[in-house]
Amino acid sequence: MTKPSETRIPTSQITVAKRKDATVAVVGNPNSGKSTLFNRLTGLKQRIGNYPGVTVERHVGFLRTDDRLVELVDLPGTHSLSAHSLEEKITVDVIFGRMEGTSEPDGILAVLDATNLYQGLFLVQQLVELELPTVVALTMTDAADRSGILVDTAELSAMLGVPVYPVVATTGTGLEMLRRALADIRELTPPRRVRIWPELMAAAEQLAEGSSETLRFAELERVLIDGPTEANATTIAKLGADAPARIEKARRELFGDDPPIARDARVRYTWVRDALHKVQKSAPAYASWRTRLTDFLNRPVPGTIGLFIVMAVVFQAVFAWATPLMDAIDGATAALAASVFESLGDSAFSSLIADGVIAGVGSVIIFLPQILILFLFIILLEDSGYLARAAYLMDRTMSSVGLSGQSIIPMISSFACAVPGIMATRVIPNRRDRIATILAAPFMTCSARLPVYALLIAAFVPATKVGILNLQGLVLFGLYLFGIVMGILTAFLMRKTSLRGPKPPFALMLPEFRRPNLQTVGIQLLGRAKVFLRRAGTVIFAVAVVIWALAYFPRSDEIQAGVNENTAAALQMEQSWLGRAGKVVEPVFAPLGWDWRVSSAVIASFPAREVVIAVLGTVYAVGDDADEGTLSTRLKSAKRPDGSPMFTLPMVVGLLIFYALCLQCVATLAIIRRETNTWRWPVFAWAYMTTLGYVGALLAFQLGTA
Amino acid sequence: MAFNGNTLASLKRGQKGIIEAIDAADPQVQRLMVLGLVEGAEVEHASAAIGGDPIEFRLFGNGISLRQEHARFFKVSPVGAGD
Repeated sequence: MTKPSETRIPTSQITVAKRKDATVAVVGNPNSGKSTLFNRLTGLKQRIGNYPGVTVERHVGFLRTDDRLVELVDLPGTHSLSAHSLEEKITVDVIFGRMEGTSEPDGILAVLDATNLYQGLFLVQQLVELELPTVVALTMTDAADRSGILVDTAELSAMLGVPVYPVVATTGTGLEMLRRALADIRELTPPRRVRIWPELMAAAEQLAEGSSETLRFAELERVLIDGPTEANATTIAKLGADAPARIEKARRELFGDDPPIARDARVRYTWVRDALHKVQKSAPAYASWRTRLTDFLNRPVPGTIGLFIVMAVVFQAVFAWATPLMDAIDGATAALAASVFESLGDSAFSSLIADGVIAGVGSVIIFLPQILILFLFIILLEDSGYLARAAYLMDRTMSSVGLSGQSIIPMISSFACAVPGIMATRVIPNRRDRIATILAAPFMTCSARLPVYALLIAAFVPATKVGILNLQGLVLFGLYLFGIVMGILTAFLMRKTSLRGPKPPFALMLPEFRRPNLQTVGIQLLGRAKVFLRRAGTVIFAVAVVIWALAYFPRSDEIQAGVNENTAAALQMEQSWLGRAGKVVEPVFAPLGWDWRVSSAVIASFPAREVVIAVLGTVYAVGDDADEGTLSTRLKSAKRPDGSPMFTLPMVVGLLIFYALCLQCVATLAIIRRETNTWRWPVFAWAYMTTLGYVGALLAFQLGTA
Repeated sequence: MAFNGNTLASLKRGQKGIIEAIDAADPQVQRLMVLGLVEGAEVEHASAAIGGDPIEFRLFGNGISLRQEHARFFKVSPVGAGD
């Protein structure tokens, strides 16, 4: 897998590149069943990477027949070849062979949804104009049957001049024929031009006159419709120095004052409507459970109630189902670490293996249960068509705070863990909305904050009743609410300042409910897990080893003699780099009421906030009575040098606020880096949240103590 | 400039309309036209989220949701009365 900035091609791809017989670009509308079809055709023989310099994922797979190997490039879903969004620009660049690291396609697999021929034919008609060998896969034919749509594939094929293969990707019907057609795609005659817009064709021919370069009609067409955009720069360069002036003139003659995109849409959809009359016949529809369910969930109130039930189930699953698995992973790593000490003895090496490497690997895979469970739900919701409906129902609420309806799933997921939550933001098409959601997500109270809250609340908040409610529970609820408010406030402020921009048009296609195919769900889930392990896992692991080294070195022999094990560990912590760092930064944190012990525990917990409990447990284990009592009683009895209690209520409140606001999670930073493809946002998020945390804790301690 | 009178935003639940004119100056409206909301297309108001916004329309059998503010850029001639 190449990193976005790398141009080096891994050897595995070179060998494949030598053997492959053709490259086919898979193009279709969003929700046309394109990815399901791609997964069915390629199975596990696929790779997920990134296009150079952008966050759009590059899905490439291989289709093997007896004698042929065809590379399939699954392009982002698009409605038109007019490149407006980043995804559409990538689709167009790959099709025209302008994408670095992706070979120019030898043919096109156009995915046409039989239940949405109207929008589908608009795109397929543009694809036919590419004059590349093209195969149309007519998907969702089973759903079309149910809705009473009959498609005359012979007529459709004759009209477009390309072969049409009806398939049902979920069951595999028709796939064998399609597979054979793709294997032989280079022998296929390219379609002839469909003369739907003679004026445009004449203008394109005129524009190309005198140019010695080979220019495709579709490229010239894009230049005329979209104008001198960045995407068209290479085509315009081929047209010679006077090209910009000639293009300007041709566009004025063609479009006058009409916006070209609008004219393009009018002309092509007029053709599409005529085409629909010829190829689409209606038959009696039979009401299925899908139509009845769609109708029911279309009503505002049942729809919204249904959404809350779905959200509650997802939240519950990510939170509760993952816990036993996470505990098991935790237990397994601890047992493994213990067995290392048992077999290798107590040495720097065995500590590195046990507390560094094994704990580091454990801190990576501990995230997998939540990520897999959350993504299982997201993929099921997305493939069934519910995710779009959820976004639609929540749009008004979310857009009032500067987010969009699509932000709801990432935000809810972040209550379990911001890492899968941030990974889930890729369902948000608008870049500004997406980054605002990414910045809000780490404020949600994640499951790693919960043990910290639980420890401090149990130790320092009295379990008194406030009315019928328990004060401890109330404080916990308050912290959850605090996170939500701060997250939404952050998103709101960002959308008003550095992420200011127009509200995206929010035109969502709302598909009818579909039964997801389990095989493709499994393939997608595996892909997500791989991406997490490779991109975030490496960073998390490296940081875990570094923190181990800081707490382990330098060693001192004097400590061992005459004190019990806990005291020895505490004294070691004090003179380790970590303990020394705590003493160095003590003056910085002194206004917050923290001594060097709390400071070094907080420093150690910057990579992962839950670590604070383990470090506090070690540093406060000094003294003869250290073995007696739990961590919470030890914290309660901790004293300052002057004998006053260390953990006063204002200091504890400050500490809670600090943990609520601070971004102490290297996994989150790594995933923000991956998802935004720049260090700018993780650095900003970290600095912003740390500042907020510090100021919050400062205010709480100073105001509370004064 | 949004239209006054009958627009996509003024259709009632279950009511159909044919798009008559579009104010296409705004690039966001042009994007909606690329999705098939062009003159001559028949559109049905299928449902609305709580608060009446966004609105779900049926366009050639498929659901598409628009915010009120964008729906006003599409002038329609209503067909039938709706629920």
